[in-house]
Amino acid sequence: MKVLATLIATLIVALLAGCSQPGAAKSGATPNPSAYIQNKGSDTMVNLALAWAERYQQKHAQVSLSVTGGGSGTGITSLLNGTVDIANASRAITAAEIQTAKTNGFEPVEFSVARDAIAVIVNPENPVKHLSLQQLSQIYRGEINNWQVVGGENRPIVRLSRETNSGTHVYFLETVIRLGNSNDKAIFSADTLLLPSSEGIIAELRDNPNAIGYDGLGYVTPEVKVIAVSKQDGGPYILPSAATVDDKTYPIARDLYMYTHGQPSGAIKDYLDWVVSPEAQQIVTDLGFVPIIKK
Amino acid sequence: MNDQNARREFVITWIIKLSGYSSILFVCLIFFFLLREGLPALVDTSLASLFGTRWYPIENYFGILPLVLGSLVVTLGALLISVPLGLITAIYISEVASRWEKEILKPLIELLAGLPSVVLGFLGILVLVPFLRRFLDLPTGLTALAGSILLGLIAIPTIVSISEDALNSVPHSYREASLALGATRWQTIWRSTLPAARSGVLTAIMLGVGRAIGETMAVMMVTGNAPVMPQGLQALFRPVRTMTATIASEMGEVANGSPHYHVLFFIGIVLFVFSLVVNITASSISNQRRKRSERLLS
Repeated sequence: MKVLATLIATLIVALLAGCSQPGAAKSGATPNPSAYIQNKGSDTMVNLALAWAERYQQKHAQVSLSVTGGGSGTGITSLLNGTVDIANASRAITAAEIQTAKTNGFEPVEFSVARDAIAVIVNPENPVKHLSLQQLSQIYRGEINNWQVVGGENRPIVRLSRETNSGTHVYFLETVIRLGNSNDKAIFSADTLLLPSSEGIIAELRDNPNAIGYDGLGYVTPEVKVIAVSKQDGGPYILPSAATVDDKTYPIARDLYMYTHGQPSGAIKDYLDWVVSPEAQQIVTDLGFVPIIKK
Repeated sequence: MNDQNARREFVITWIIKLSGYSSILFVCLIFFFLLREGLPALVDTSLASLFGTRWYPIENYFGILPLVLGSLVVTLGALLISVPLGLITAIYISEVASRWEKEILKPLIELLAGLPSVVLGFLGILVLVPFLRRFLDLPTGLTALAGSILLGLIAIPTIVSISEDALNSVPHSYREASLALGATRWQTIWRSTLPAARSGVLTAIMLGVGRAIGETMAVMMVTGNAPVMPQGLQALFRPVRTMTATIASEMGEVANGSPHYHVLFFIGIVLFVFSLVVNITASSISNQRRKRSERLLS
């Protein structure tokens, strides 16, 4: 499914790049781009990176961008191997990866390009409106197994999660289940359903009032209900939104990054400068992510 | 002229021979590759960990037991569904149906075999899973049972077409003799035709099992993929994670040469051995049949 999404994403960029210059296409030759930027990584970010690439290529015909997904880890590995120019990552680069980069003779440079809230979602029929991080942790560890315990109906809790290769899965494990404590070795309860896609999670949540799940705010549809989350038991309970991510009151939010091979220059630098411009950050808002700059 | 013909004959014989042997070569190469990539798992992780009960590879829990049992539960469930249905369908087509019914039914069942499993999985998510949850009042419809039903549908065409062939090859004289002795139509089918075709029917079932245990996409979409240890009969109504789904969803992201990578190949070896056993059983049964019919003819 992931491979397919990646393939389609690449195709769309290629097509749009072709379509944006109908005149050139008619003359029988595609315009010779003076710069070719390879961009790869996080699946959470692939739609965003794609939208940026489309818009940027419309304005700068001389630049050609290719965007692929595959996961944050895959993107960073490709950057370390020198096969991409920009790696997208929904998590920060690790110390081990920086070390590898240094032995390969360069220093990866980090750019925060957007922010993303992870929304906790349930079926609209579920009367539970809010949960604390502590309660979420206990639910996903398998210590709370009935909605009654957290103020809901007498129903079993069905835990949903993305597969273990997802950056979102790892972030949720560290921030929610282990509550940010790096010495904690707790893991997901064994009966957590690991679904291969965001669509799978939404489909099950839409239908099943027993289920609880999580996903990037950009992927949440109106068919499911978003839960307000608090850092401490007893509140205040905060719903995820651009405002609450910005003022850091919503507890499950993270930065989205782009990494480059040393300090960027030329076309790559121009592109990264544009990515944090108001125009590009408007696309961030449109896709349901949180911009890093205020309008 | 003659010389040229002989040379041509020689070349053609060799081409045919090579293509015949190439499939053996490919199977051997695949098996050696699996062994080379999978056996280091025994060194990377302790045996106790490999046959443990918890699968969570990103924290180095490599217990493959829930995955093996998960595959078995789903396949067993598929058998419970596809064997009776497939067998009855085959009997109907071969023994009861009129000519025009036969002409409609056979192509339709073969069409079922051609249905891509991802399409079945999609229908499963949208229709079967919500239905199972409501109808059986389960916590979630993403269960082994949902996978079993889809796999049953996938195995049915194999079982039907092979056992129908077996039933057809039972000599007509058997049926005539049975009917002449005063047996009813049902008694003829149940007591004489079906036993005569027994080995062909068993082959059909084994091939159906082989089809079911290796299926990936449909299973991954509807079984929930939770690596829980199946406990008792109720395991059928709980989520499971199969070996095939695990390989499919994790192979893409795993670092080359890591313990996780080796363990995934080790699961591949287990899967390979499973289908090898199933196929060997199937072919030994059908060889038996040939010997017996030879005996009958002599």
